[in-house]
Amino acid sequence: MSATMSAAARPETAAAPPPVVRFQNVVKTYDEDGLKVEAIRGVSFAIPKGRFSMIVGPSGSGKTTLLNLIGCIDRPTSGALEVCGEDVGTLSDDQVTDFRSRNIAFVFQTFNLFPVLTAYENVEYPLLLLRVPSAERRARTLAMLDAVGLSDHKDHRPNQLSGGQRQRVAIARALVKHPALVLADEPTANLDTRTGAEIISLLRKVQLEQSVSFVFSTHDPQLISHAEDTFPIRDGILLEARR
Amino acid sequence: MMTFKIAFRNVLRNRRRSAMTLLAIAVGVIGIVLFGDFVRFVTAGLETNAVDKVGHLEVFRTGYFAFGAGNPAEFGIDDYASVVKAIGDDPALAGKLSVVTPVVQLAGIAGNFALDVSKTFLGTGVVPSDRDRLRLWDEHGVNRRRLLPDSGLRDSDEARGIVGVGVARVLGLCEPLKLDGCPARPKKSGPDGAALAVNLAGLAEAERPSQSPPDDDLARIDLLAATAGGAPNVVNMLVSRAEPQAARELDDNFVAMHIGLAQRLLYGRTTPKATGIVVQLRRTEDLAFARQRLGQMFRERHLDLEIRDFAELEPFYRQAVGMFRAIFLFISLIMGIIVLFTIVNTMGMSVMERTTEIGTARAMGVRRVGVRRVFLLEGAILGAIGSTIGAAFAQVIGMVVNRASLTWTPPGQAAPSPLEVLTANSMGFVTLVWLAIVLAATLAALIPANRGARLEVVDALRHV
Repeated sequence: MSATMSAAARPETAAAPPPVVRFQNVVKTYDEDGLKVEAIRGVSFAIPKGRFSMIVGPSGSGKTTLLNLIGCIDRPTSGALEVCGEDVGTLSDDQVTDFRSRNIAFVFQTFNLFPVLTAYENVEYPLLLLRVPSAERRARTLAMLDAVGLSDHKDHRPNQLSGGQRQRVAIARALVKHPALVLADEPTANLDTRTGAEIISLLRKVQLEQSVSFVFSTHDPQLISHAEDTFPIRDGILLEARR
Repeated sequence: MMTFKIAFRNVLRNRRRSAMTLLAIAVGVIGIVLFGDFVRFVTAGLETNAVDKVGHLEVFRTGYFAFGAGNPAEFGIDDYASVVKAIGDDPALAGKLSVVTPVVQLAGIAGNFALDVSKTFLGTGVVPSDRDRLRLWDEHGVNRRRLLPDSGLRDSDEARGIVGVGVARVLGLCEPLKLDGCPARPKKSGPDGAALAVNLAGLAEAERPSQSPPDDDLARIDLLAATAGGAPNVVNMLVSRAEPQAARELDDNFVAMHIGLAQRLLYGRTTPKATGIVVQLRRTEDLAFARQRLGQMFRERHLDLEIRDFAELEPFYRQAVGMFRAIFLFISLIMGIIVLFTIVNTMGMSVMERTTEIGTARAMGVRRVGVRRVFLLEGAILGAIGSTIGAAFAQVIGMVVNRASLTWTPPGQAAPSPLEVLTANSMGFVTLVWLAIVLAATLAALIPANRGARLEVVDALRHV
């Protein structure tokens, strides 16, 4: 099934779909104790829509900064950044927050589930932010929990789940709102190899089924082997993309 | 709903810390409610004392309040009986009045010429049965455990009167009145004042034959005052008992007598008047209405009368109530600050611990205001739970205090009275305290809530 879907996606790629993310000479500088640190040094590239894209590079290379910029949780110091067709640099704080709520989902390395909420409530939360009606919210939440194989654990709190189960809940939470873009920062780093493989397989399956654009930041070779597009970065400079 | 769920569960998350916070809030609320109930009890007690004595309102001839003390005879109310009747018959005041009674205030010299002693006095002439009814007023139930002694005055016996313990002591009446703790008067060593005493005794003797009292076993004193015409006048009074007064100055000058005796002393054989008409209401809340109604009535009847309320007549009431309220405000402020700092500390730690969660929520699309709302709600929940616990415990402690039969001598009172807290009808007060504490807790949470809301998403997510 995976192969069939993948094959179906290829012709779209061949027809050059519009990019989901476009960087134009983006610079990101941090001020650390009065010292200017240039994390991203004028990168220009585009990430195609509906693909399994990876930003790869060693620690400190700037891949998380790049991911944060794509996720609109950080703003470029200079340059233009377009996400899902929107020039996010011009949006106010509330506008960019609402934009994230509608279009972008995150899967964190440390899962970042809300410990006071059950698995069901964690997955339901993004739909509440989008004011999805109650009945639809319930149906979509249960369906998503079923999709990640956690229907039986819906009433469990995060501390009652294993690492793999938590990451599944995090993935369900990310995908339940049908985002245009899912960003995952080292999603397998805190998992053992077998669980990591299961998570990658799950992400890949969902990506193919929903045609969601996935952008990862990783240096996990197991995950990189599934990349459709790879964007290597080193010292804040993007090296040549591999497709 | 989800916001409330998150806030509530976060309150329960660190149970020990929340328990300590709730304890601090509850103790604060207990302190405020109990002391507030005590102040309400004291205020009600002071009000009851004042109203028992001078009623809610007193009607005077215009100018009496300012100048009458110098010449009460000049400022008497003519035909006071018709004014008393008009007030009692007024349909607008029907059902609101408890007692309407005339009084005569006077000053003079009291003498016990058998012992050759005299002193100045401040006297009140009352209708004895009305005075007894005045003293029964207890709208707030603060005197329900008090046993009123016999007033010592009788409607049927004009010659009877009572004096302050200080007057009894000075006039050498301790022994005849069998007063405990009242020292006997030392023997007189010199002839000072003998001439005056002889003159006054002569006047007193002149009065005595027409005043043959039935109670020969009662101590007798003579009261001297200037009549409306300025002539000296003397009456005999049989002292049936000594009544302790709250302040020594009053105790050393207090004389109460039948209004008839007071009128005879002040007006002689001319038409008797009253210096005031005491109006006691069933409920203090009708005071403003009654005052307005009486004013209207006097204007319509072209009566040259003025009205004063008990707070004006008893300045001590206002001073004592003001002092207790100031102490209450001070204590409430201290308690409020403790609650404020406790909440700031608790919520501050909570924000620090949940920085990553704040970052996650913001990344998912929660606006800054949403973050602020959760922490404010947590502060409000802590305040609400703590206040509810505190209010409940305050009621229980209040009931225990009220059943402990504690006594104290409140300001303005001569004898010990029950020490209680007024828990009855305190729902409004407790609700007010509850709301104030919840508001304070919510406002206290604003500082850490703002700190959380202002966090940059990337910084919050990076937080370890």
